[in-house]
Amino acid sequence: MPKKFEKYIVIFFIVLAIIFPLITQNDYYIHIMTLAFIWSIAVYGLNLLAGYTGYLSLAHAGFFAIGAYAVGLLTVKIEMGFWVAFILAPIITAVIGFFIGIISLRTKEHYFAIYTLCVGYVIYLIIDKWDSLTEGVRGLMGIPAPANIGPISFTTPLSQYYLVLAILLLVIFIIYRIINSLVGRTFIAIRNSEPLALSLGISTIKNKLLSFVLSTFFAGLAGALYASFVRFLGPDIASTAITFDLLMYLIVGGIGTLFGPIVGTTLIVWISQNLQFLQDYRMLIFGPLLTILIIFAPRGIMGIIGDWKVKSSEKKRNKEAQKSQSELKKEA
Amino acid sequence: MLSLKNVTVKYGAYAAVHEVNIKVEQGQIVVLLGANGAGKSTTFRAISGLSKPASGEILFEEKSISGISPDKIVQSGIVQCAEDRKLFPQMTVQENLVMGAYVQRKNKKKMKQTMDEVFELFPILYEKRNDQAGSMSGGQQQMLAIGRSLMSKPKLMLLDEPSIGLAPLIVEQMFESIQLINKEGTTILLAEQNANAALNIADKGYVYENGKIVVQGSSKELFSNEEVRKAYIGA
Ligand SMILES: Nc1ncnc2c1ncn2[C@@H]1O[C@H](COP(=O)(O)OP(=O)(O)O)[C@@H](O)[C@H]1O
Ligand SMILES: [Mg+2]
Repeated sequence: MPKKFEKYIVIFFIVLAIIFPLITQNDYYIHIMTLAFIWSIAVYGLNLLAGYTGYLSLAHAGFFAIGAYAVGLLTVKIEMGFWVAFILAPIITAVIGFFIGIISLRTKEHYFAIYTLCVGYVIYLIIDKWDSLTEGVRGLMGIPAPANIGPISFTTPLSQYYLVLAILLLVIFIIYRIINSLVGRTFIAIRNSEPLALSLGISTIKNKLLSFVLSTFFAGLAGALYASFVRFLGPDIASTAITFDLLMYLIVGGIGTLFGPIVGTTLIVWISQNLQFLQDYRMLIFGPLLTILIIFAPRGIMGIIGDWKVKSSEKKRNKEAQKSQSELKKEA
Repeated sequence: MLSLKNVTVKYGAYAAVHEVNIKVEQGQIVVLLGANGAGKSTTFRAISGLSKPASGEILFEEKSISGISPDKIVQSGIVQCAEDRKLFPQMTVQENLVMGAYVQRKNKKKMKQTMDEVFELFPILYEKRNDQAGSMSGGQQQMLAIGRSLMSKPKLMLLDEPSIGLAPLIVEQMFESIQLINKEGTTILLAEQNANAALNIADKGYVYENGKIVVQGSSKELFSNEEVRKAYIGA
């Protein structure tokens, strides 16, 4: 598939996302899509660490919640201006991520996964039990919607949809730049083999920490958007169930691929919306589906597309090679 | 340039390398000979910082490097080309080489120059520069692994069994390339089971058995040593 064609597909989906609200005209659908985009941003963060660097963090919902509660607490309790709180939230998350990263990155593989699972649970407990700060199970209410920027207001579902979409596109662009830079290749090198990365002179400690911090930054950003969009926060957003939801979105879409997070998240969010009448039984459908997917397509939907692309370009190359060989023969 | 003094390396309680003494002078090719499991790779891991010696000292250019992190050791001028010759299979040949130049990443001009040198040494890599590394043959992958190591501009290169699993004709080319790399100014410490080919290009050698050095001497001496001939050269 030629590069140009790929570009057109991307542009097609961007245009589709832009005109989507005009097509549906249904506030509920717009609301669902906005939420899916917010989750996607969090999944992009998870993908950077788990997909590209090979470190599966199970504390991701915890960092999402830190970003969300940062906006909530700063605006409600200190009455800070919305945008200042909004910008501070992912930064606060990343700073906390830095210190947690220093400790958790002393472990590897499943130990890392288990350790971060515990970290995520501790974050959940803190939010749940520290009533005086977070309001605990009662929940944090009264979070303001994004403040106006000049003449633009963000009070309607439509305007919030576009705000989230704009930030999502920016996030995808930043991730694209990261994974195609030397830093991104360094992450991939670490995923490939840490001893090899080390023997090329790469400081794996520094780069793993950078990946961890970036991943928590995007989780915090998504959380901040969530807080200003839903405007009510409960400890449940930090629960491990959310982490596993995010992980499922990533695996279905394609771990370690650029478009996996957005594809997996929107797909599953929509499917589960349409299966809502089944309530908790929908997991009976998701469970087997996910298992089949992991067995036959461990790199998800985007992985299937990627393999298909490699195969077709190989075929083309073989054809060309044959052609040039037969031409050589003719000459001889 | 490099000296190991009574170096012992353990895996758990088991000493895979025991009280080893090795000296490499600038400009030399030095070879470690020995059967599978004798302790050659473990010695390399200790030099490149991937394993910490349990005791003893490793000096590089008169400074102790035991216990320093692997990335710092590469910065100081020692690079290891491991026996598994692992590449980044999804990256292209050229991208693999760029990763090898990680410690030189600030100096783009020098990197370009070094890459041209590598292409000159292994023209096939230039031809295949845009191919995925995973699609190449065994010999080509070994050339890429060596080329990638050269990209860091090492003073000392640790080459672990570069001939293993290659066809005889390719092995011959490989040793010629190693000699060329050495002539261009890189000191080489080589681990090999192919004693014949290795001693042909080496200045001196050490023979390992069960983690200990049992014989050492110049290539000439080792060539004419009865035991070495019997065990490793098969004549
Ligand atoms: N990671 C490891 N853990 C435990 N034992 C090891 C490890 N790597 C190598 N060994 C053991 O150390 C000894 C030396 O191995 P090695 O240095 O790889 O030898 P060589 O490179 O000469 O073939 C062998 O007995 C091997 O089984
Ligand atoms: Mg070995």
